[in-house]
Amino acid sequence: MDTIEGELKGLMMASLGGDEGAYRNVLGRLSGYLRGYYKARLAARSAADVEDLVQETLLALHVRRHTYDPDQPFTPWVYAIARYKLIDYLRRTRASVKNVPLDAVQEIAAHDDHVASESTLDLNQLLERLTPKVRDAIRYVKLDGLTVAEAAARGGMSESAVKVNVHRGMKTLSALIARGRRS
Amino acid sequence: MKTDDLVKMLSANVEAVEYREPQRMILISAGLGAVVALSAVILLLGIRMDLSELGPWMFVLVKSVFAGAIIGVSLANLTRVARPGGERRVSIALGLLPFGGALLVATASLAIAPLSDWKAMIIGEYWLLCLVCIPLNAIVPFAAMIWAMRQLAPTNLTLAGAMAGRAAGGISAFAYALHCTDDSFPFIALWYSLTIALCAVLGGVVGRPLLRW
Repeated sequence: MDTIEGELKGLMMASLGGDEGAYRNVLGRLSGYLRGYYKARLAARSAADVEDLVQETLLALHVRRHTYDPDQPFTPWVYAIARYKLIDYLRRTRASVKNVPLDAVQEIAAHDDHVASESTLDLNQLLERLTPKVRDAIRYVKLDGLTVAEAAARGGMSESAVKVNVHRGMKTLSALIARGRRS
Repeated sequence: MKTDDLVKMLSANVEAVEYREPQRMILISAGLGAVVALSAVILLLGIRMDLSELGPWMFVLVKSVFAGAIIGVSLANLTRVARPGGERRVSIALGLLPFGGALLVATASLAIAPLSDWKAMIIGEYWLLCLVCIPLNAIVPFAAMIWAMRQLAPTNLTLAGAMAGRAAGGISAFAYALHCTDDSFPFIALWYSLTIALCAVLGGVVGRPLLRW
């Protein structure tokens, strides 16, 4: 557990500094842990439902990553988000939340599950619901892998507008997914 | 969508983030709320007229210290509950400390006062104004702090709402102290505490629907 915490925290600190490789690495590892955590608690649901929740959690964690306090350990932060999203999911699917045990924080890294299914989320459909500028910014920077400068040139926006639009767009996507399954 | 594709998308060109952002946002929102609350008291109620004397000054100071303690503790707790899992780091004892202190001073001041003064000391003159104005004037600071909290990630929404309500109540009480002419320790311990607690309860009630993410 301590080594997992140490590794993940190291990767997260680099990610918060803008290290793309470290961030991909830590998110990849967290998706395994989240999948294991949710599968163990949502045994009756389909694998696609579990994957939906894994993805919703990753996106929420991404747009709220500035709430990680480096003075605190990293795994409890992930665990708190995972548990919050689990309870929220159970509430909106009208299941009982009384039975969600308050497990130990270590539970978040108890099962590393790499048997991924496809989620029911359709990224293209979600992107359609963003405003054109925001959608373009996300497409260029997050999907086509252009740098912010290249995206600014292609989209006819300033670099800061690209950054703001990407940031805003990711928040909107996260909210759309959370709200989408609430209604 | 495949989770691996999402991970690739999230990490592509990831921007560095400032992790002191939560404290900053909460402080800025509380500060803006305080400006509005102070302006409302100064413009609508007016500052008390007797500030040329020492006694009234002292009581403005006492009320400000009490409200300031509430604000300080509430903001410290609010910054904690703003982060996932932060509710475990909230100190209830610290939260009750300003109320306990006020109660202690109030009891002492009643103990040395004649029984016939007690009613006037406790009920005061403008308790109703206090009871109405403090929660009303807390609305803008509360909204500002809720806006900040919505950009953050509280995982106990009721507690987060209550902390924001309490901080807003403290800010509003701080502003109301400029107008309030009820100068007695029991009045502060009863009516200020009661209205601030009311703000906390109301904040807790609306916390879940307002702060969900």
